[in-house]
Amino acid sequence: MAAELETHDYDVLIVGAGGAGLRAAIAAREAGLRTAIICKSLFGKAHTVMAEGGIAASMGNVNSHDSWQVHFRDTMRGGKFLNSWRMAELHAKEAPDRVWELETYGALFDRTPDGRISQRNFGGHEYPRLAHVGDRTGLELIRTMQQKIVSLQQDDQRESGDPEARLKVFAEVTITDLLQDETGTIAGAFGYFRESGRFVRFNAPAVVLATGGIGKSFKVTSNSWEYTGDGHALALRAGSTLVNMEFIQFHPTGMVWPPSVKGILVTESVRGDGGVLKNSEGKRFMFDYVPDVFRGQYAQTEEEGDRWYTDPDNNKRPPELLPRDEVARAINSEVKAGRGSPHGGVFLDIASRRSAEEILKKLPSMHHQFKELADVDITQEAMEVGPTCHYVMGGVEVDPDTAAAARVPGLFAAGEVSGGMHGSNRLGGNSLSDLLVFGARAGAGAAAYVKGLGEARPAAPQSALDAAATTALAPFEEEGGENPYTLHQEMQQTMNDLVGIIRKAEEIEAALTKLEELKERAKHLTVEGHRQFNPGWHLALDLRNMLAVSECVARAALLRQESRGGHTRDDYPKMDASWRGRNLICSTEGDGVRVEEQPMPPMRGDLLDLFQRDELAKYLTPEELAAVGAAGDVKGATEPTDGSGS
Amino acid sequence: MSYDAKFRVWRGDASGGELVDYTVEVNDGEVVLDIIHRLQATQSGDLAVRWNCKAGKCGSCSAEVNGIPRLMCMTRMSTFTETETVTVTPMRAFPVIRDLVTDVSFNYEKARQIPAFAPPEGVAPGEYRMQQVDVERSQEFRKCIECFLCQNTCHVVRDHEENKEAFAGPRFLIRAAELDMHPLDARDDRADFARDAQGIGMCNITKCCTEVCPEHIRITDNGIIPMKERVVGKRYDPLVWLGNKIGRRKP
Repeated sequence: MAAELETHDYDVLIVGAGGAGLRAAIAAREAGLRTAIICKSLFGKAHTVMAEGGIAASMGNVNSHDSWQVHFRDTMRGGKFLNSWRMAELHAKEAPDRVWELETYGALFDRTPDGRISQRNFGGHEYPRLAHVGDRTGLELIRTMQQKIVSLQQDDQRESGDPEARLKVFAEVTITDLLQDETGTIAGAFGYFRESGRFVRFNAPAVVLATGGIGKSFKVTSNSWEYTGDGHALALRAGSTLVNMEFIQFHPTGMVWPPSVKGILVTESVRGDGGVLKNSEGKRFMFDYVPDVFRGQYAQTEEEGDRWYTDPDNNKRPPELLPRDEVARAINSEVKAGRGSPHGGVFLDIASRRSAEEILKKLPSMHHQFKELADVDITQEAMEVGPTCHYVMGGVEVDPDTAAAARVPGLFAAGEVSGGMHGSNRLGGNSLSDLLVFGARAGAGAAAYVKGLGEARPAAPQSALDAAATTALAPFEEEGGENPYTLHQEMQQTMNDLVGIIRKAEEIEAALTKLEELKERAKHLTVEGHRQFNPGWHLALDLRNMLAVSECVARAALLRQESRGGHTRDDYPKMDASWRGRNLICSTEGDGVRVEEQPMPPMRGDLLDLFQRDELAKYLTPEELAAVGAAGDVKGATEPTDGSGS
Repeated sequence: MSYDAKFRVWRGDASGGELVDYTVEVNDGEVVLDIIHRLQATQSGDLAVRWNCKAGKCGSCSAEVNGIPRLMCMTRMSTFTETETVTVTPMRAFPVIRDLVTDVSFNYEKARQIPAFAPPEGVAPGEYRMQQVDVERSQEFRKCIECFLCQNTCHVVRDHEENKEAFAGPRFLIRAAELDMHPLDARDDRADFARDAQGIGMCNITKCCTEVCPEHIRITDNGIIPMKERVVGKRYDPLVWLGNKIGRRKP
């Protein structure tokens, strides 16, 4: 075993090469540290490329009333006040700088008439706020940072003759275990090359998890094969904790037909640019689904909603642009009530509302996607759409300022794999900005940690490596075991049916029983063939991560007895203020998962002052509200979309 | 709504391989990649294939379907008859790793040779000003999803391994064009680079790259031909030549 183990030494190891991972790598390398990037696919293929709408940042290029305070407020409202307010604050403050920085790397965003970065409207955002490139913003972000990394490598080439002296990308490598010393401090990571199946050991005192989400645990998802919750599970197994795992975002508009593309995303920009949702009776049903907390902030008539696109200062936005959780639930209700489209969704219509020319200009990828995959011309007919598992709000519990993971020194996390920032529901556009803001912070946090260690380098015992290798090879040892593809399908079906968009106690309990059964069966998997680029083997190894993460989702979902954001309980349909101040924290216990409540730190006074008292009353308990202070103390709070700028 | 299709898939590795016949179920609305996945799940768990997004956005599942370079996720089964045998082989211009997976590192090496975007001096972040009409020229090339189908189909390298050293391929010629057309890129030697280091002269504009591009980028017309014109202009225009001789040295 030892003879074939390739070993590399780095200061910082970044696991994941999407937006957060690449931004973290740039930060660590710019801090002077030797940095490695682990990429599960080829470099530049990360799931971030799927992000369509844009990057939320209050640059105020289109509406000068925008500011970090308004962005912060929108983010907290979208997350139903369960967000880590410190993360939401840092995010809102730093997003504009992170976007402008991309232009110095060569990014080419769409422009305003005066030559600045254009910004578009999106659900839950009070002002046009999303920097974008048509509907392929994520691709631009990845390509830009990929090219920045090449540029840093060219600098090293000039300085030392070796482009990979301080920054190297390991493509098609999967990390299966983190390595720790006897105290639990991070010492590196263990994994394999997909191409050869050979094992590889990275010695590194700091590891940044940037592995993205968990969508592959669900049957209908917009996520790619890579989204198997690797980082979530690695953190759990290393002794760190996950927060908010019950909150899963079902994007309201995924494709529903043909079956092979079910779940693939239809960007929210379709609605931001004028598209509306209709049921089989041709009714714009979203006007019937504006919840109390948002009443007064959205248009009540179609006429007002339509005027908003051209005169947002004097009209309220249409309810199609409510936060994603509200829209997803509304679609779910319409379909359940028998007013769905032929393939079990609803209609998303932009054809009757915008010219073909305008649609082609603003939504070229959507036009292409529907034309090629469904043979539907969206300039002529309506799309059929329905909810799809899109994003996990929950993730590794981190320190907001440094992105350091709870309980494990040397471990950091950024992007979708981290939790807290988005509370119970993420606003569209806040993901790409999250990647940039906390990617940069995680890279800097890891660099500062490594510098603080001085010469010390924690080392993992040989037994840890042996154990990691044995676990990874197990599916080749067993004969007559189960097919990993079959287990995966059963798990996806279970999560989709029983812990999906609408949940209740009996169903979640049934899911937990099924997950226990799958966990047992997963101990006896058999894969055919050998170690060279063997997808069956890769799935067998990913499966234990998906099972661990699914258990977290189910256990936390069972415990939280209320409905909020991306967690809807049929048996507890109301949002309950007494639950707002409580985070649910998952940790490893035996070969299962333990969930505990943990109180949230109270929000800082100057941030509370950004809200009007009657809005706070919708979220806080009477006791919390009393502690905020008397009415009249609040300053700076304005009703959304009044545009007064006062 | 479903039928059994005949598939022939190339199985093997660097040491050799062969086309293997399969009979596999096909359902309404499916694409070639769905069928490859069904083979994996039901008949051949170790069939190697790259894929990520399954929506034509990541450029991972490039292969040759009945000899034509395509993304498998964007090739609908309805384009074949039910009796037709569908043959899937790996991209030919790159060394095979296993089955449908090829070693595309050539492309990453070429990418690293292109001088990066040079930010304009004295312009602070947030102060960049560009007109939409100007950024659109480069934006067309930034739509590239790096599927490398253009690289695979380009006859300069497709059956000529020996040309790979001197020729960067269409994907990286449009990268050079993109930087050349970037309104704020501070370098003025992009065309020189395309001529001296990327071998743009080897391209004889047969437009095969444009034909296979799944993003419909007009690689030849909007990227390569304008770059060729710039090369010619810089080199043979006597005024430009004189200006270069007596003018400021290039950075």
